[in-house]
Amino acid sequence: MALELYLDLFSQPCRAVYIFAKANGIPFVFKEVALIQGQHKTEEYGKVNPMKKVPALKDGDFTLSESNAILRYLARKFKTPDHWYPSDLQKCARVDEYLSWQHTNTRKCNSKLYTAKALLPLLLGQPAPPERLEQLMKELNEILDLLEDKFLQDRAFVAGSDISLADLLAVVDFMQPLGAGYDVFEGRPKLAAWRSRVQQAVGKELFEEAHRELFRERDWKFDRLSPEEKEQLTQNMLKYVQ
Amino acid sequence: MVLELYLDLLSQPCRAVYIFAKKNNIPFVMKSIEMLKGQQFSEEFNKVNILRKVPVLKDGEYTLEESTAILLYLTRKYNTPSHWYPPDMKKRGRVDEFLAWQQGTIRVSASKILWLKVVIPLFLSQHVPVEKLHDAAEELNAALQKLEEKFLQDKPFLVGAEVSLADLVAITELMQPLGAGLDIFEGRPKLQEWRRRVEVILGKELFLEAHGRILNSQELRNMSIDPPLKVQMKPLLLKMLK
Repeated sequence: MALELYLDLFSQPCRAVYIFAKANGIPFVFKEVALIQGQHKTEEYGKVNPMKKVPALKDGDFTLSESNAILRYLARKFKTPDHWYPSDLQKCARVDEYLSWQHTNTRKCNSKLYTAKALLPLLLGQPAPPERLEQLMKELNEILDLLEDKFLQDRAFVAGSDISLADLLAVVDFMQPLGAGYDVFEGRPKLAAWRSRVQQAVGKELFEEAHRELFRERDWKFDRLSPEEKEQLTQNMLKYVQ
Repeated sequence: MVLELYLDLLSQPCRAVYIFAKKNNIPFVMKSIEMLKGQQFSEEFNKVNILRKVPVLKDGEYTLEESTAILLYLTRKYNTPSHWYPPDMKKRGRVDEFLAWQQGTIRVSASKILWLKVVIPLFLSQHVPVEKLHDAAEELNAALQKLEEKFLQDKPFLVGAEVSLADLVAITELMQPLGAGLDIFEGRPKLQEWRRRVEVILGKELFLEAHGRILNSQELRNMSIDPPLKVQMKPLLLKMLK
């Protein structure tokens, strides 16, 4: 029975799983879960992943959630090249360290940025006020500083001279704000250079293909909301991005 | 050169690392960093970890953070019994999945409860609105339900018949609200039984030793905080209250 991957390529961790599987020639059935249509909230999907999130993996009767777990599982099962999840103790730990840190740091920040740059302007009819975004920009800068000074330093990739799961998760995450036309690596040549290296290592064509969904025009259906609903949503989003 | 572990036993991830190292007779030098005394801000600690967080592992010149990364590093370097991180791909996947999932759920709400009920009052000399505490408790409740329904189910331990890193991390997290006088095991017989089993395996003495400070909620509530530290932490704490 073929492996199934439940994905919405709008979501950062889904892109990481997709790119990893494709780059390594891992055979799988793509099961689309359209977040914008709430398909992750269905009872049917709940049987695949009771946490009702994407990505999820189904290997026969075995289901697995959390991109950190899925990526490691795929690396082990399909015996992908060592550099993805190195057997070297210290290199592997660098990957583990990043995978753990990014989960509650970069993901949230980049999602907030997307909201601030793509969604709020749609609701407000104008860009979000800069004072409101002040704290978010500060947070972003701290994270970018850490990416440069702690996780990359003078290495080509997070774990050393080769790409690993860490770089993959990192690169897709920082692509999210680009979906809103905002390049977080502007003014950061070191990070921009790293991003190019990762794209090259993964394959430009595959990288672009994986990000097509992010750049596609999306119908958020805000005009279908009542004025009160719209106001409530705007307020919630403003609070979220602070 | 002996391994150094920078730990504050008031922190859940630090306790997991501490217990794991001790249980497996891994030789290390304990470097105590007391967060409530602001010791994480010292120049000295900054040289060890620019993230200013604990736990941190220092193995000669090599430093590593993120408890998940540290725990995996220790299992590999010291060849600990295989049940901690099972060789079976699916069980191992389950451990990875739990470790990733809990970071964004249990860890967050368990920490919040201690911060809201104990730390913020200590630092800001004010009580937190009841609704905030209520919300945090609800969040934790929802996470605990998922823990029971998806992970534990009818098994003796989280991923099967034997204790693993998942149980170790889980139990240190579930003990955290106790520092705020909230016993989450009350009314949850299944979790109580699981806790008892885990404590037996880890060793009651070691378990109590690691949890000494968090269990002494009286001492915690009566700590005196340095005035300059109160000033320094105020903005972060006020943000938590928003």
